[in-house]
Amino acid sequence: MSIEYLGLDSINGPLVVIEGVQDAAYDEIVEFSVHRTEQKLGRIIEVYEDKAIIQVFEDTTNMSLENTHTKLTGHSMELPLAPEMLGRTFDGIGRPIDGLGELNYVSKRDINGDPLNPVRREFPRNFIQTGLSAIDALTTLIRGQKLPIFSGNGLPHDKLAAQIVRQANLGKENNEDFGIVFAAMGVKHDVADFFRRTFEESGVIDHVTMFLNLADDPVVERLITPKVALTAAEFLAYDLGKHILVILTDMTSYCEALREVSSSKQEIPSRKGYPGYLYSDLASMYERAGIVDGKPGSVTQIPILTMPNDDITHPIPDLTGYITEGQIVLDRTLAGKSVYPPINILPSLSRLMKGGIGEKYTREDHQAVADQLFASYSKVNDARSLASVIGEDELSDTDKRYLSFGEKMENGFIGQELDENRTILETLNLAWDMLHILPREELNRIDTKLLDKYFDEDR
Amino acid sequence: MKQLGTIYGINGPIVYVKGRTLFQMSEKVFVGKEKLIGEVITLDNERTTIQVYEETSGMKPGEPVYSTGSPVSVTLGPGILNNIFDGIERPLKTIAELSGEYIHRGADVKLLDTEKKWPVHVTVEVGQEVIGGTIIAEVPETKTILHKSMIPPDIEGRIVEIVEDGEYTITEPIVKVQKLDESIIEIKLAQEWPIRNPRPTKSRFESSIPLVTGQRVVDSLFPIAKGGTAAIPGGFGTGKTMMQHQIAKYSDADIIIYIGCGERGNEMTEVLEDFSELIDPKSGNSLMERTSLIANTSNMPVAAREASIYTGTTLAEYYRDMGYDVAIMADSTSRWAEALRELSGRLEEMPAEEGFPAYLASRIATFYERAGLMQNFNDTEGSVSIIGAVSPQGGDFSEPVTQNTKRFVRCFWGLDKALAHERHYPAVNWLDSYSEYIGDLAAWYRDNVSPDFVDNRRRIVEILHQESSLMDVVKLIGSDVLPDDQKLTIEIGRVIRLGFLQQNAFHSEDTSVPLKKQGKMMEIILYLRKRCKSLISHGMPMSLLQREDIFTKIIAIKYDVPNNKLEMFDQYKNDIDEFYTKIMEKNA
Repeated sequence: MSIEYLGLDSINGPLVVIEGVQDAAYDEIVEFSVHRTEQKLGRIIEVYEDKAIIQVFEDTTNMSLENTHTKLTGHSMELPLAPEMLGRTFDGIGRPIDGLGELNYVSKRDINGDPLNPVRREFPRNFIQTGLSAIDALTTLIRGQKLPIFSGNGLPHDKLAAQIVRQANLGKENNEDFGIVFAAMGVKHDVADFFRRTFEESGVIDHVTMFLNLADDPVVERLITPKVALTAAEFLAYDLGKHILVILTDMTSYCEALREVSSSKQEIPSRKGYPGYLYSDLASMYERAGIVDGKPGSVTQIPILTMPNDDITHPIPDLTGYITEGQIVLDRTLAGKSVYPPINILPSLSRLMKGGIGEKYTREDHQAVADQLFASYSKVNDARSLASVIGEDELSDTDKRYLSFGEKMENGFIGQELDENRTILETLNLAWDMLHILPREELNRIDTKLLDKYFDEDR
Repeated sequence: MKQLGTIYGINGPIVYVKGRTLFQMSEKVFVGKEKLIGEVITLDNERTTIQVYEETSGMKPGEPVYSTGSPVSVTLGPGILNNIFDGIERPLKTIAELSGEYIHRGADVKLLDTEKKWPVHVTVEVGQEVIGGTIIAEVPETKTILHKSMIPPDIEGRIVEIVEDGEYTITEPIVKVQKLDESIIEIKLAQEWPIRNPRPTKSRFESSIPLVTGQRVVDSLFPIAKGGTAAIPGGFGTGKTMMQHQIAKYSDADIIIYIGCGERGNEMTEVLEDFSELIDPKSGNSLMERTSLIANTSNMPVAAREASIYTGTTLAEYYRDMGYDVAIMADSTSRWAEALRELSGRLEEMPAEEGFPAYLASRIATFYERAGLMQNFNDTEGSVSIIGAVSPQGGDFSEPVTQNTKRFVRCFWGLDKALAHERHYPAVNWLDSYSEYIGDLAAWYRDNVSPDFVDNRRRIVEILHQESSLMDVVKLIGSDVLPDDQKLTIEIGRVIRLGFLQQNAFHSEDTSVPLKKQGKMMEIILYLRKRCKSLISHGMPMSLLQREDIFTKIIAIKYDVPNNKLEMFDQYKNDIDEFYTKIMEKNA
């Protein structure tokens, strides 16, 4: 079965071509042995009669047309799975790197996964309290959701993700089983260390599985990292019934790796050199969040991506926004004003919010308050730009109130301390404090009944 | 099914067969040992190219390719409604029973249930002459929809045998027809039709009846006709899907075909859950009873995404042939265009704009041209309306899919990011959007809603345009310096935006609004404007008017006046009159 082929026919970047192979399958994993000393893995990405084009996961340095032995494994990329994965650390393609030895696996699964049948999905409705007002009130995170953080270089997205992990009520208090799967694609060593420290400090490290492909690890390997991480997450969630939070950082590095491989395959690029299938490729990962009808676990995803040049219309954030169920957008101006977390609430959105809030889950006024905060905050910018033209003194009384509302929102509502954990009721009451800055007739998104109940004219 | 070739090469969803083969263009084939479904897309002396509708991983060169002799088709018959299919009409519920929560490839399932027995009432008699389209039997398919089985389009002849009324499956013969060439053919409840060919009709005519959606910005400002086409372009988060859901729920079409093309799995689950619970006001049954869902979510194979649009359209045309008004929601046509691009890229075709193939425009055109109000061969009238969402890259409407779509649709509901950020939904931008149907529908509105409807609509649009240019000034110098009549335009513009255009999908009264109420709302806003204008011409300053709560009151009409209590509008008219006299008396 396992014939070894000696030699290659071409090497071009991460791609090698081998001719004269028998029985090679599309998407099959192959093992290379360079000089009989160095082992590498690769994947067949195109196959013709007796010729296979293989993408090598590691660097192709040292490989020559003569010194490489190639062996077909007869299967596509698989990840060994075991309940003991929680608490372990793996490299970008799922090999243990924590010195605790090989995993005693109970099953092996294809990392590409199969699409979940929409008729077997359960629509996510369970609110996760993160303790961050901007998220809980305005872009509510729901269990089983995929909610990315759109950030930029130098913005505190890691701190934000870490705070969510620390404070999110994933199931700890309800004694439900929970876990965290952390996948790093091309991030710096100190970022990976920061997350590890955070997990240790908050005492959840035994519940964390880490897959690390760091900035100096092979680029092509990162194409596998999110897939192995999600395969592990699905196993933990649907086979073992845990609530899993998956953090994928940084998706931009992943997309760049995809572009690199695509261009060495000489494919026709679409926008900014990214391949036309970037959307389908991202979707095949993001869509692996969810809840399966009748099973106890769930997979919630928080992908982090840095927008090149802070441009939200760049293909990576753009296509991501079309697939994910909302987004949390970080903003450099707010960060410049020392607002933490610098969440720009206007472009931020949670699509699943409407199903998981309100009387049954949070409080009756939640939706109306959120709508009103969005509507009012969108007027703050108009007032600000007017003030910069005609001067603050010349503004009408209402516009002045909007200025002060904007200021308070940014410092007292959106902004909070790194360890400040607000309950949803605290957050909603705080929201009403903000709305009290404005005159009642400006609050046209809130039902008269709710206004009568929560708005006190005399304050 | 015979083997006509072996696989030579595999590149993602594209599979090559070497040499000159006997396959036909667009033929459905089974590829590999697992018999995955594929379609022949090019043929030449050297090789045959096949696109495969399922994941090809693990497939090897040398595996067989089998011919079926017929193009990729769907099965048409009872069982389509109240169901959910993948892009090539495989029922997802059946697949779930076979393979659990994941969709494994190579699932060998019948497109429609062949075991279920349907109560059949035969409507033809022995000896009757029939042509393609003649209705031969009626089947209560769901509580809402009576399914009418027809002679397939290409058959003509005389009935020689019929069955008794009773219960039959879709594979049992219902009538036998002696064709013109004397041969006898059995007609069953189900028939096959190739998805890429439009079903034939007798003639097409101009529509003068609107597809009423219950959404004010659509029905009153930018209406679509039954048999019309509309595009909803918008960046992510602007509410395309929400708008499609609202129209699917509340429009007065008989049947909805909802195509989830490359979108989120949870959205399809949501439609399935919501529509099963929501009651269709017209029939009193659940909305699913008139709905069929085609789901090719973004993680399902891309070739089937390309097909899903045609599958949905073919199902819609079939119900149109029975004389129903069908509306297609295609969410999103951009994903379909991207599937074309992806396949085109794998075929190494020469790209045109932004990597899209040069035939993008003609494909979009043929899709939207399948809409229309038609006279069928059985002399019924039916329509297919197409409402397609477009997801422009970066929210930029100048990209190829939006631009090419704009050429072939007559209604354009452009969604606006700024409005969405304010949570103004539906975020239809009233300055960019248009409908070419207004002229065609004017007479209908005049006769069925109110004589002033079209005039009032025009005035409302004018005020919005004036308001927008005034707002440009206000942004620079503030509103205080404007003369009072311009301040009034801004205030009335605000009333229209908040009280009329903005509509709350989660409010039980506001989620869908009948045309009569829409007309009354426009009337009352214009009446308020008329009275205010008169006050201002009497020298009353705007600040005085704004001190009254009449504006807030008119804005709240959408919540405060129930859809079935339109007589309450008289009270509002009185309120405006009282407001007028109060100001006049106090300040004269």
